[in-house]
Amino acid sequence: MSEYIEHDKDGVSVGLVEKKYFTFAEPPDDMLLEGNARLGPVTIAYETLGTLNTDRSNVVLILHALSGDSHVAGYYSEDDRKPGWWEIMVGPGKGIDTDKYFVICPNIIGSCMGSTGPSSINPASGEPYGFDFPVVTIGDMVKAQKALLDHLGIKQILSVVGGSIGGMQVLEWAVRYPDMVISAIPLASTTRHSALAIAFNEVARQAIMADPNWSKGKYYDSTKPNLGLALARMVGHVTYLSDEAMRRKFGRRLQNKSDFSFNFDADFQVESYLRYQGQKFVDRFDANSFLYITKAADYFDLRRQHGSGSEAEAFAKAKASFLVISFTSDWLYPTYQSKAMVKAMKKNNLDVSFCEIEADWGHDAFLLPNERLSALIKGFLDRNFNELQKK
Amino acid sequence: MNQITQIEPQGLKRFDLQVIASWIKPGSRILDLGCGEGDLLYYLKQHKGVAGTGIENRESKVELCIAKGLSVLQGDINEEVLDYQEATFDYIILSQTLQQVYYPERLLESLLSVGRKVIVSFPNFSHWSIRMQVLLTGMAPKNEQLPYEWYNTPNIRVITLKDFRKFTRDHGCKVLKEVAINTHHHDTLGHIVSFLPDWRATYGIFLIGKGDKK
Repeated sequence: MSEYIEHDKDGVSVGLVEKKYFTFAEPPDDMLLEGNARLGPVTIAYETLGTLNTDRSNVVLILHALSGDSHVAGYYSEDDRKPGWWEIMVGPGKGIDTDKYFVICPNIIGSCMGSTGPSSINPASGEPYGFDFPVVTIGDMVKAQKALLDHLGIKQILSVVGGSIGGMQVLEWAVRYPDMVISAIPLASTTRHSALAIAFNEVARQAIMADPNWSKGKYYDSTKPNLGLALARMVGHVTYLSDEAMRRKFGRRLQNKSDFSFNFDADFQVESYLRYQGQKFVDRFDANSFLYITKAADYFDLRRQHGSGSEAEAFAKAKASFLVISFTSDWLYPTYQSKAMVKAMKKNNLDVSFCEIEADWGHDAFLLPNERLSALIKGFLDRNFNELQKK
Repeated sequence: MNQITQIEPQGLKRFDLQVIASWIKPGSRILDLGCGEGDLLYYLKQHKGVAGTGIENRESKVELCIAKGLSVLQGDINEEVLDYQEATFDYIILSQTLQQVYYPERLLESLLSVGRKVIVSFPNFSHWSIRMQVLLTGMAPKNEQLPYEWYNTPNIRVITLKDFRKFTRDHGCKVLKEVAINTHHHDTLGHIVSFLPDWRATYGIFLIGKGDKK
């Protein structure tokens, strides 16, 4: 996902938030991963917003995408320059109303934003894991999130919400822990990557691994593979937008010049934008985390993992009511993929709503201000909350 | 002869939907095809405690429905009904849509498979005013219910009450209930037509089920 972090236009915000940490799986009780490796201790960075009600029935678990973090909304300090990544959706009176719901947003394992990942210290060596970090899957990420919820004493989640790779975790939650999940909202997501999505991820990974500074993942005390990571991010940004979005945003406009330079400077605005996004990314993200998380997304296959190859069987265990949302111009996780999961949910008699939102902004559309998207999510959450209260 | 009635007084604006709502047993499972902004589903949820799902093609309407707290799927009714298991729904409602369906035979067959009962309503093409127009002007008829020209009408199927009864006989299904009404479909009040309905009703509403054998 791209970064569109902006202040709320009406100035409404949940206010100050704090990043917290939970550590579990201390050896010898370390976590057994899907790839049969063991990981421990495991730390999860997380943030909570709003207030947990007395019967603990108002929990909304928000799961972030590739480059996101636990900072979903609000500010860390009074003079913080930017709010969390979904400030437009999460806050008082917003689509996910923090006056009503208790929001938990954990950082995924494998990431570099506070949870255990390849840049964390390996207790065995006293140095960052680097490429010794075991490959984690979406299932592993969700198992770690479950440990956090157990620790917080949460037994029931009103709704699990997430877009893109966050949406994969939503689906995994609904299928892996069906008795905990009342409702689920996968946005711009898929039950499995297409060859196209894997291909773009592989190009991005190769860009990192071909950077001589990558040094097989051992770069933490030397120069980082910034060129590779920036290039990987540039590829990502192309896939997050759309033909229409790029035409509108850049067209063929030139960057601060009236004619071609006849060299290889960034002549076009789109070139300049991608270079800027690439460079900005290296300051805040770890190249190894990028490799691990994209691999986890490529491996994710709900059919293979939970349905012996069948999408319908994969949802056989699920009990949640679903709101599936896709966007017309998303060519990374196109609507047909959302429709396939909707079909499988219907075959299992699950309560499901589906909407393909008309949006020009490609895969990133779920992160952009959209009053209709907020209204949809709000209505769906309120319905599920009210129905839960009646039970 | 004509009863001026408002059958389900609270909330539902359209008379035909009031008739349909009065046929639905509380607590049933409903599929509303072409549910629009979800007025009927919302009403049935509030007043009859039904578990309802709607299917609607237009994104803006789907959004309104979901924002209201209804379960609605965006998609084409002909395709969307195929994904359900047999007898998933107690009632499937096809209101004011049959006349716009390309393959009504195929659709009704799938509906009778995934639903135990199907409620179908459509404008009656044998209303006397339509008959007179064809007879006197020799041109494709237009009226309040069918206001379009032949070249831009979405109502591609010409159906009369008689046609539909014959269809049910030919296809081995049973008409469980039948009401002919006289109303513009946006009117709150309507008449149930019992005298010469084939001539005088603007709409027909049928409750059909599978016959004993085909």
